[in-house]
Amino acid sequence: MKKEIDAIMAVKDLPIGFTAKPGSSLEFKTGDWRSQRPKLDREKCIYCGFCYIYCPDGVYQDMGKDEKYYKPDFDYCKGCGICAHECPKKCIEMVLEEV
Amino acid sequence: MKAYETPYEKVTAKTFPKGPDALASGHRACQGCGEVLALRLLLKALGTDIICVSATGCMEVCTAPFPQSSWRMPWIHVAFENAAAVASGVESASHVLRRKGRGTDKRVPVLAIAGDGGTADIGIQALSGALERYHEDFIYICLDNEAYMNTGIQRSSETPFGASTTTSPYGSKSIGQTTWKKDMPAIAAAHGIPYVATANPAFHLDLMNKIRRAAAIKGPAYLHVYAPCPTGWRLKPELAVEIGKLATNTRIFPLYEVIDGCYVMNRKVDEPKPVEDYFKLQGRFRHLKQENFDYIRERVNAEYDRLITLTQTFPVPAAS
Amino acid sequence: MAKPIGLEVSLAVAEAVKLCDTDVVAAYPITPQTHIVEHLSELVANGELDAAYIPVESEQSAMSSCIGSSAAGARTFTATSSQGLALMNEMLFIAPPLRLPIVMAIANRALSAPINIWNDHSDIMSIRDVGWLALFAETGQEALDMTILGFKIAEDHRVSLPITINLDGFTLSHFIEPVLLPTKEEVAKFLPPFKPLVKLDIANPISMGLLGGPESYTEARKVTDDILVASKPVVIEAFNDFAKVFGREYKVIESYRTEGADTILVMMGSIAETAMTAIDELWDAGKKVGVVRIRLWRPFPVEEFKEAIKGAKNLAVIDRAISMGVPDAPVALEVKSLLYNEKVRPFISNYVVGLGGRDVTRDDFKYISGRAEEFSTSPQTQYELVGVLE
Repeated sequence: MKKEIDAIMAVKDLPIGFTAKPGSSLEFKTGDWRSQRPKLDREKCIYCGFCYIYCPDGVYQDMGKDEKYYKPDFDYCKGCGICAHECPKKCIEMVLEEV
Repeated sequence: MKAYETPYEKVTAKTFPKGPDALASGHRACQGCGEVLALRLLLKALGTDIICVSATGCMEVCTAPFPQSSWRMPWIHVAFENAAAVASGVESASHVLRRKGRGTDKRVPVLAIAGDGGTADIGIQALSGALERYHEDFIYICLDNEAYMNTGIQRSSETPFGASTTTSPYGSKSIGQTTWKKDMPAIAAAHGIPYVATANPAFHLDLMNKIRRAAAIKGPAYLHVYAPCPTGWRLKPELAVEIGKLATNTRIFPLYEVIDGCYVMNRKVDEPKPVEDYFKLQGRFRHLKQENFDYIRERVNAEYDRLITLTQTFPVPAAS
Repeated sequence: MAKPIGLEVSLAVAEAVKLCDTDVVAAYPITPQTHIVEHLSELVANGELDAAYIPVESEQSAMSSCIGSSAAGARTFTATSSQGLALMNEMLFIAPPLRLPIVMAIANRALSAPINIWNDHSDIMSIRDVGWLALFAETGQEALDMTILGFKIAEDHRVSLPITINLDGFTLSHFIEPVLLPTKEEVAKFLPPFKPLVKLDIANPISMGLLGGPESYTEARKVTDDILVASKPVVIEAFNDFAKVFGREYKVIESYRTEGADTILVMMGSIAETAMTAIDELWDAGKKVGVVRIRLWRPFPVEEFKEAIKGAKNLAVIDRAISMGVPDAPVALEVKSLLYNEKVRPFISNYVVGLGGRDVTRDDFKYISGRAEEFSTSPQTQYELVGVLE
């Protein structure tokens, strides 16, 4: 996993005004903070979207009306467990991350 | 037009915006941060045709370490105490440039975003000035995690009674924080601005609709947003939403609006949950005793009743 | 040919801001800067200037609003003095690295305590190293011209840094002086519309004001200093362009009767007017004394300064502020530092005058030049506070 883009730049290479591009933090993957990961039981999932709504890191993606579930992006999931805790059907389980 | 008559596009479970977040992933907020959750939902409600001004603090540091930024809209951070003043400048500039034909034709809401310290303590002067000057497209958001979390959990004037922080520690001679939370929404409302509201990410639709309403109304708006902090509150990281629900359902953090000076209780809590349920989940309160809970419960209920009285005394006029 | 009109210098500065079609003014009242912003709010109120006037609740918010306004793409002006500048201090560090070309007039005034509303340079000296360009005016015409030049220089994309226009409080700001007021057309010919280098724009969003850790802070500071230093030729170019349009010539270092002078008095601001009359009398008495006036204080015009003082045996650096705890006042500290490694260098002595509005007279300059000439036989160990009662 690419962890971090380089903040080390020569004076001549610095962006004017020390600015950043919008949404560029996507280059920083926070997935390796995780010690546990959400595991979804799609059988029980009612596609309510609470996991998507309450994720502080915005890692869940709507898989659409055909698939009817939300999928976490493990590049960013920090493993906080809010999704599992808030799931009304308790169909998300936090399992230990394998090292 | 009266603020309470100003139309706005409501967020419902069906119309929930599902596009990419206006606040991108990759930010460095702690695991289970309720503050960044609140921020993400607020920005999701408005999209990217806004300009954001951040005060120094957790949300600024974790979203914008060079050379990256999580913000998908134009964003600026200047210092700790001055988000409201910077936003005043941005808002005034936007107006004059539009008038002179050098800006976008659209109304662009300008959001000033600060924590409780940046709002109620060091930033209160700049905030008061901005509200009083009545900037038309100005929304101030206080993300209240009830202490200076970014510098290491020092008490602020928004730290609740009894909370142990690194500068209001519990000890044999002290209960921790000895003062009650400063009533910032009341202070904001005293400026005679058209819109003041409290919001809580655990009640996400209410929160998102409040910022939509704030953006639609012409005139300054103040949102006081509950922002659970697992790190500073000694709370399990999966509990940010649950604690938020408890905060409102115990009446500790009531959800209400002050629109044109008229009061609306958005979530009536006729049968409050015991305040103990709220405190026992958080390490910062673990030293509290029954007598403390009794005192807190009494004061919380009195403040809630006072708000109910205000909604009865100053209700929003029925639609004509 | 236009005729000069009598105008209070503060009003002349405000008129210049109007002529530059400024978009936003955010200001807070403080003596002796108030007449500038009072007049600006009047110009906005009666429609002569189409701008937003933000009546902020403090100078801290004044500079914060200016930063916001400039970042949003508006031509932005403010004015302050003394305590007000001190209250802005934190924000003054932030504008240059963000590359925001804010123009700020400072009606220079002493700092408390004791509280004192009168003129000296304690305010500007306290912020000399924060990354702003700094110009000093000697006359009302200069104050007006420097304000127009301020926008031209600051907004040039090779610069895009904030700039202070310094005019002595009361002794310049409140005087009625003959001033040639340019027309709007002339100013438009000289000053192009503001095109921001960086801008908060929903069509092209960027993030400004990022966190820079140990791995990037050094480079971020260096680039700001590099740009400030590299702005000198742009200042000179702007002065030359200004002369073409308006016929008034300015130099980054101004010299008066330095040709063949043994002793040169170095100073900034309006006291140079008095100094020049004193010098004339000294020449009449057979003393060879010249005046060098630093117009561009930041970036410091090193080469031009060295050239201007060439051949002098004695330099008397005249400061309007004390740098507490060191033997030299601010201007002398810098002059000594930049001449120390020269093969041939003059004796340098330092005099502090006119603190908190104390009068600076012709006799003071004569006294100072006499003292400077004695340096080789009785060297100075620290600055001399001229006229102090001990």
